[in-house]
Amino acid sequence: MPKIIVEVMPKADLLDPQGKAVANSLNRKGHTEITAVRIGKRIELHYDETPTEAQLEEAKAFAADFLSNGVIEDVVAVTVEA
Amino acid sequence: MKIGVVTFPGTLDDRDAQRAVRLAGGTPVPLWHADTNLHDVDAVVLPGGFSYGDYLRCGAIAAQAPVMQTIIEKANQGLPVLGICNGFQVLVESHLLPGGLIRNENQHFICRDQTLRVENTSTAWTNQFQLNEEIVIPLKNGEGGYIADAETLKRLEGENLITFRYVDVNPNGSMNDIAGLRNAKGNVVGLMPHPEHAVEAGFGPDMPEAMRSGVDGLKFFTSVIHSLVNA
Repeated sequence: MPKIIVEVMPKADLLDPQGKAVANSLNRKGHTEITAVRIGKRIELHYDETPTEAQLEEAKAFAADFLSNGVIEDVVAVTVEA
Repeated sequence: MKIGVVTFPGTLDDRDAQRAVRLAGGTPVPLWHADTNLHDVDAVVLPGGFSYGDYLRCGAIAAQAPVMQTIIEKANQGLPVLGICNGFQVLVESHLLPGGLIRNENQHFICRDQTLRVENTSTAWTNQFQLNEEIVIPLKNGEGGYIADAETLKRLEGENLITFRYVDVNPNGSMNDIAGLRNAKGNVVGLMPHPEHAVEAGFGPDMPEAMRSGVDGLKFFTSVIHSLVNA
């Protein structure tokens, strides 16, 4: 199925409590070489046909102003998967 | 004075907010998330709880609701709007207030009677307080950590837009101890703690004088009525 994949990550300089809790847990399990974990989101938009360039631009626009909040998150990738 | 209280799918405190409006001498008007009509209300409360499962981010989907499109438009024209807890999250997601709210620093849902300092009294919702007055109202949230970039924080401090700060304890890791904000005009105020749960003796937070006697939240609602009467 053709998709547009939007990847959103919490901003690098902001605290990610979820990532911190997972990092602590991994460290406890013995993976002490892991220094940090950050958790983001992968959002898949499904289409019947391969998205057009215009649809990709649309997706980039709503990824920036709805699927993510620029104050706390960055959109790190918007990609088409045919 | 007609004060609208919005109900989103998942809102918990709409009835409490309506009761607070009534106890302050106003007339509460229920507003529905899917309705763009504000029924000629003079002010709006976005109450606490949850909205649309708080999917994506708390308040993000509510900010796109039909009722919010009208509220955003009118708020920009000066309509008094108070966002409490999830309502505060809806206000930041609607860009009526800057910044964002993230999971509490210690990951826990927190429920406590919280002391706040009122740092700005020239708003529609805080004009009945004394400047720097300390008040106690309940706080109950899981995602109340206020964050903003350095430039925004500097602007909030410089333009005196921080309306409430946590005192004694910063319960959720909020930057600069921020509990609540106002917009530049002062008609829009948002905060994480819950004034509507501290409006009637016997049902409020515990105070030194007597158990459950705290009514510090009532002044939010008498403030808006006062500002409307004098408008």
